[in-house]
Amino acid sequence: MLPVFINIGYLLASILFILGLKGLTHPRTAVRGNLLGAAGMLLAVVITLFDQRIISFYMILLGVVIGAGIGAVLAVKIKMTAMPELVALFNGFGGIASVLVAGAALIEQTSGSQIPLIQLTIAIAASGTIGAVTFWGSLVAFGKLQGLIHEGAIGFPGHQVFKGFVGILVIAFCVGVVIAPMNPFLYWILVAVASVLGVLLVIPIGGADMPVVVALLNSYSGLAAAATGFVLSNNVLIITGSLVGASGLILTQIMCKAMNRSLANVLFGASAPSGDGGASADEVYAGRVKSATPEEVALLFDVARRVVIVPGYGMAVSQAQHPVANLASLLESRGIQVDYAIHPVAGRMPGHMNVLLAEADVPYEALKDMETINPTFDQVDVALVIGANDVVNPLARTDPSSPIAGMPILDVDKAKTVVIIKRSLSPGFAGIPNPLFALDHSLMLFGDAKKMVLDIIAALKDV
Amino acid sequence: MDMLIMGLTIFILAIFVGFEIITKIPPTLHTPLMSGSNAISGITLVGAVLSAGIQQTILTTILGVLAVIFATINVVGGFMVTNRMLEMFRKKS
Repeated sequence: MLPVFINIGYLLASILFILGLKGLTHPRTAVRGNLLGAAGMLLAVVITLFDQRIISFYMILLGVVIGAGIGAVLAVKIKMTAMPELVALFNGFGGIASVLVAGAALIEQTSGSQIPLIQLTIAIAASGTIGAVTFWGSLVAFGKLQGLIHEGAIGFPGHQVFKGFVGILVIAFCVGVVIAPMNPFLYWILVAVASVLGVLLVIPIGGADMPVVVALLNSYSGLAAAATGFVLSNNVLIITGSLVGASGLILTQIMCKAMNRSLANVLFGASAPSGDGGASADEVYAGRVKSATPEEVALLFDVARRVVIVPGYGMAVSQAQHPVANLASLLESRGIQVDYAIHPVAGRMPGHMNVLLAEADVPYEALKDMETINPTFDQVDVALVIGANDVVNPLARTDPSSPIAGMPILDVDKAKTVVIIKRSLSPGFAGIPNPLFALDHSLMLFGDAKKMVLDIIAALKDV
Repeated sequence: MDMLIMGLTIFILAIFVGFEIITKIPPTLHTPLMSGSNAISGITLVGAVLSAGIQQTILTTILGVLAVIFATINVVGGFMVTNRMLEMFRKKS
């Protein structure tokens, strides 16, 4: 097939990708959008098979079959609570694919006697660097999310300096690859050094900041694909890579704004936030924390008319989304209005809480974002906080020296009664105490989220 | 030089398109957005297919096949898991 037809095919595929992403602007059109995207991908791959330089399909077929098998199994088997890990893993795979393709292209383009153009070598170096950083960074993110690596921030003396040093090494080897492309070893050393950088970048970041990291790595995998596009002079790679790159960057920005921290602060900031500007846990809690039983909470619900449920990472950990949805239906059957308040950085990934609740058949109209629900908290009878901590901590409003200062929070303290389900008074990832727990109209329900919600349901049925 | 400028033009325009679309996606769909856009980034598969198919040397073929495997996991897994999530949002409407 003539190259012009292949390029028209690529253009069609790009259009399908754009339309596919557009479908995600509403749950109604989302499924169709995803199918359009998949169709675009199929078209792009099939069109590529017509490239006249291809001599055999067997190897391609082998790779596709193996990859499809592994991908399908992972996609079908994964628990929704592990979605952030899976996205991180797939992300990483995209990165390593870019590294391998650029590496192959380097060998292919330097096998002749002519020296490749400088824009090609720059693109190859970029592809290898970004791909390697993405792959290893994603693996570390996966490890942290799965609990395989220590979840909190890990630092060692001088780690910032070391990171900077490795960064300089990466740039040096990039230049090396560009100046001396005929020596493929330089490329692979570059990949190795960039891999170290990838690990170093993600290792110091704490679990609660993972949404930002996963979104950023998502963007990197797109940029790596775009770089590979420049290597192969392939338009569909450039367009698609840029779309994904932009998508990830915007999500990252949204996350950072939601935490009121700059990206630089998240990536390179203090590895362990210090709470010594504020009060200690004892000062905040002593004698003021009231704990309740599920039966008492059920009585509260019995006389309530408006309830807002605030889910957090604890709900995901406890896999409590189904009992929570059942509790909500039970309350609604008694004429109580139930809404969910979803903070943008609740959970380990943007929209994580929404997916979990959707899995439990909660209609998406009941999931309210922060701007919509915050003004209404003063009319709420009971705010039920399940496994959320920093996103409902009033210190963000009142204490300018706190690590979460200025972060927009859910104003649950304005509700008439606040019930917090938590296993203990241990702090969230900001490491600071939460005065919400010590308020006069707050009640703590200590226990595992799933069990506590089931107990409340049982108690409600007796009321 | 022409190709490079063309490429850069496409790159920059695509970023603008991406920006326009992504900012209109509601927070409730951000997780499927991440997995969906991730699946699309598996477009590297196209480059991998070329290397695995052109088979210029044994090494490039191996690199190509490995890349095909990883990119296909990314693509197939990504679209399937996105579909699984989006189906959950569709049930009730």
